[in-house]
Amino acid sequence: MGNSQSISIGFVGSGGAGALTAGNLLLEAASAAGWQGLLTRTVGPQIRGGEAAALLRLASHPVECMPEQFDVLIGIDWLNAHRFGAEIKIGHDSLLIGDPRGGAVPPHIAEAGAREVQIPMKDMAKAIPDGRANMIALGIACRLVRLERETCLALLEKRLSDKGEAAIKASQAGLIAGYDAAQDLDLSLRLAAPKRATRKWLVSGNDATALGAIRGGIRFAAAYPITPATEILEWLAPNLPKVGGVLLQAEDELAAINMIIGASYGGTPSLTATSGPGLSLMIESLGLATAAEIPIVVVDVMRGGPSTGIPTKSEQADLNIAVYGCHGDAPHLVVAPQSIGDCLFTTQWAVYLAEALQTPAIVLSDQFIGQARAAIEKPADVAFIGQRSRATDISAAGAYKRYAIAGSGVSPMVVPGTSGGQYTADGLTHTERGIPTSGASDHQAQLDKRRDKLVRFAYGDHWATLEGSGDLAVVTWGSLTGAVREAIGRAAQDGVEVSLIAPRLLFPAQPERFAAAIAGKSRLLVVEQSHGAQFYRYLRAHYDLPGRVDVLNRPGPMPIGVSEIHRAIMERRA
Amino acid sequence: MSQPTGAPEVSSLADLFAVAFQIEADAVERYEVLAAQMETHNNPDLAAIFRDLARAEAIHRDEIRRLAGDIDVVSRAREVAKWSRGESPEEVDLGAAHYMMTPRHALELALAGEQRALAFFQAAAASASDPQIKRMAEEFVEEEAEHVNLVHRLLAKYPPPSPSWSEDPDPPSSQG
Amino acid sequence: MSTAHERLACKPADYKSDIKPIWCPGCGDYHVLMSFTRAFAELGLPPEQIVVVSGIGCSSRIPAYTNCYGFHGVHGRSLALAAGLKVTRPDLTVVVASGDGDGYSIGGNHFLHACRRNVDMTYVVMDNRIYGMTKGQPSPTTEPEFDTALSPGGTGLRPFHPLVVALASGANFVARCFSGEPNETAAVLAEAIRHPGFSFVEILSPCVTFRPDERDWKSQVHQAPVGATSDPAKAARRIMTDDGFNIGILYRGDRRPYQPAVVQRHVELSELEKEFEL
Repeated sequence: MGNSQSISIGFVGSGGAGALTAGNLLLEAASAAGWQGLLTRTVGPQIRGGEAAALLRLASHPVECMPEQFDVLIGIDWLNAHRFGAEIKIGHDSLLIGDPRGGAVPPHIAEAGAREVQIPMKDMAKAIPDGRANMIALGIACRLVRLERETCLALLEKRLSDKGEAAIKASQAGLIAGYDAAQDLDLSLRLAAPKRATRKWLVSGNDATALGAIRGGIRFAAAYPITPATEILEWLAPNLPKVGGVLLQAEDELAAINMIIGASYGGTPSLTATSGPGLSLMIESLGLATAAEIPIVVVDVMRGGPSTGIPTKSEQADLNIAVYGCHGDAPHLVVAPQSIGDCLFTTQWAVYLAEALQTPAIVLSDQFIGQARAAIEKPADVAFIGQRSRATDISAAGAYKRYAIAGSGVSPMVVPGTSGGQYTADGLTHTERGIPTSGASDHQAQLDKRRDKLVRFAYGDHWATLEGSGDLAVVTWGSLTGAVREAIGRAAQDGVEVSLIAPRLLFPAQPERFAAAIAGKSRLLVVEQSHGAQFYRYLRAHYDLPGRVDVLNRPGPMPIGVSEIHRAIMERRA
Repeated sequence: MSQPTGAPEVSSLADLFAVAFQIEADAVERYEVLAAQMETHNNPDLAAIFRDLARAEAIHRDEIRRLAGDIDVVSRAREVAKWSRGESPEEVDLGAAHYMMTPRHALELALAGEQRALAFFQAAAASASDPQIKRMAEEFVEEEAEHVNLVHRLLAKYPPPSPSWSEDPDPPSSQG
Repeated sequence: MSTAHERLACKPADYKSDIKPIWCPGCGDYHVLMSFTRAFAELGLPPEQIVVVSGIGCSSRIPAYTNCYGFHGVHGRSLALAAGLKVTRPDLTVVVASGDGDGYSIGGNHFLHACRRNVDMTYVVMDNRIYGMTKGQPSPTTEPEFDTALSPGGTGLRPFHPLVVALASGANFVARCFSGEPNETAAVLAEAIRHPGFSFVEILSPCVTFRPDERDWKSQVHQAPVGATSDPAKAARRIMTDDGFNIGILYRGDRRPYQPAVVQRHVELSELEKEFEL
């Protein structure tokens, strides 16, 4: 067999086996060699000692989704691995590597009928002082994907430098033992060589989100921990102070959002990150920020819902609450990143938009892109930096109108400390000066103002990803964009032209742009990961859709795979 | 007779003018607050009475300033005319206000204020050792006594309100 | 600095806005507003350097009645909003205004954590032991037997003890005032604002509409027999055993205020990205 598009490898092991570490090191070694790749992890509900799997896909091109089945699965042990169920699938052609002392292969994996090889990883590790089975497994994997042994050894030296010489030696010995043990194994797959040496990043979506926030100008964050968003806050905690910023841990999400409203009112671009349950708690104050016109950014790293749902698994089911959650008419911004790298851009853009429009922006990331780690091309620097329209020169005391009705709907915002600009920001319906009123005309005027400023803004081409041509368009959003793109690529190989429409800006809706995007298309296929087809209903509510619209939707935790989407496309081709 | 705790000390003629000035200035401000309350709560008769009282006190305030001649009573008052406890004598009790209060209530408040001012100057006159201060304090006593009499005369025109003066047939309205 | 010097001559009236309060005539909050403006004038603070933050309720209407910057936010969250403001703008004087419903019920958790966090701000709770704006429901400080439409025959519940809770949670300054003594209250507020860290001032402020009995507070309040202590255990014991009408500064602590250091020498953004580079 010739060059392959990609190779996928999984490491499975129970508590203490180090499967996740092996996965991380393999991704790093592969990217050091010039490949790109994606690493997700799946774990049991235990804090420590739970069953864990590191799942990788490596390629010479950007990797934005996981395969439906793995080419190689290495079980350091199989304890409780049956709990992963359909999340880890292998095929007839796959290679299954187990340890004779690792327990029975779970039925759903065994039934694939894959070639099975036993390597005594545990015993081999025992023969090395302080040896660990996961390093044997790593060595096997490195050999299978044809990584240079020296590259891998050098990486271990670099990564374990703080653990001391003995630890490095033990790990390297393990890796060599595994590498050698796999030398007679024949894996017919072979990755195409990387096109050219480029500057690579190893980054998770959550880290990229945090960096994007700082790039956009965020200098204050309030933090309340929640899975799977905590890493954003933990990255900001040490890094914000380096750029003159501050992070405050809040007592709950109600406090977190109010802290950022307070900081932003004081003139500091501010952000918090949370997941569905936290967003639910923040909603009332999100309405306050909308009414009082305070720019803030709230990142929601979506997980399975409703209620506590599935904290560690992905879903796209917070679209409704993000767009419609507030009581009253409360238009605000909702944007969604489409890949790990795009988490950086989209968050930075969200800061820029929130500041420009003096309104809250919700960034809908999800567990999949948030917690996955990718080896990607270094993202481009973009120029979006939050710029708030400021009132600095107040001519006459008492004359300043914080909520003045102006052409764009955006009224210059004064910062406390400015003489003569004193006003009270208020969630009550207010006049142009900010004075509470229950009058119909002021209510209407301020509702109009807050709607118009969002509608009149020029969002540019970033509003959506539009690719390809063809009578059939697949419409998707967020982290599913990568899988859809790959499915469309596969359809193209089959000679079927399909276009991709993935809005990055979900609210305010862009009816004219959307109409242009679907001009001439007779069929749409909507792909989304929500049980209630929230995105499909959103599209129905805001856009005129062509005659035939089909939906491929499913809740989490199982990702919607490339083959599924490809199949759905092929069933709908002309 | 001694001053209540927290009242300012008067140790010069300038202090006396400053305190007298501040007492009237505080009265003006207080009546204006009450007038605004009554306007907001749709009791125009009372708003008018409080405005009249504020105007009358403003006349007194300006008279004192004129009487003080070269003394800068405004700045001096800021230094010395401070009550650390209680309030300035003619700051009538805001806590006694009611949205349906009658002219009689307003005059009773005013009377209490004038009586407190009278007592203040009586104590100042009694405790003054400087004859100049004493003479001026006595003039203020005369003036305040006249105000007390005036309010008494006005009060006679208004019989006590009926026991049901504060009855409102409508319930309060919910706002929060 | 010439403008700052000029500002030192501000009169209390300079801190009042032209917006007329909607509070009922007789309400203690009028006096509290007066105490605010007198305290600000006493401190000689420029109005634009002060931010008054509040939640929802009669008392929370106060920001717009001042000529300071203000934020009238959602119910119960004023302390959190103020904390975000103060840590990013330590140059401002932040005063938070609340009531017994806003501050002790819906905002109860934030009260604990604001005391513990000890950010340099002053928290003023106008306690009238009732929800006034929604027409007289019992609050956490309402007496157990007080009869209301929502609690016929009374709640039967023991009232919350805010001053002791504040002490136990780490407040750095604790005082009780009575609205009907605006000059004394102004002096305490000025002290509270001057005192570093989280200062808590509970002001008994009668609701003449739903608690006409509270007009009697005037004759019930009295000066605390002893001055402030710096021993929280002593302060707690005194507060727990007094009659609830002791007025004055009751506790003055010396905990260092919480203010995250803002690093002056910043790194380039490209420095932050290095950890992602291979």
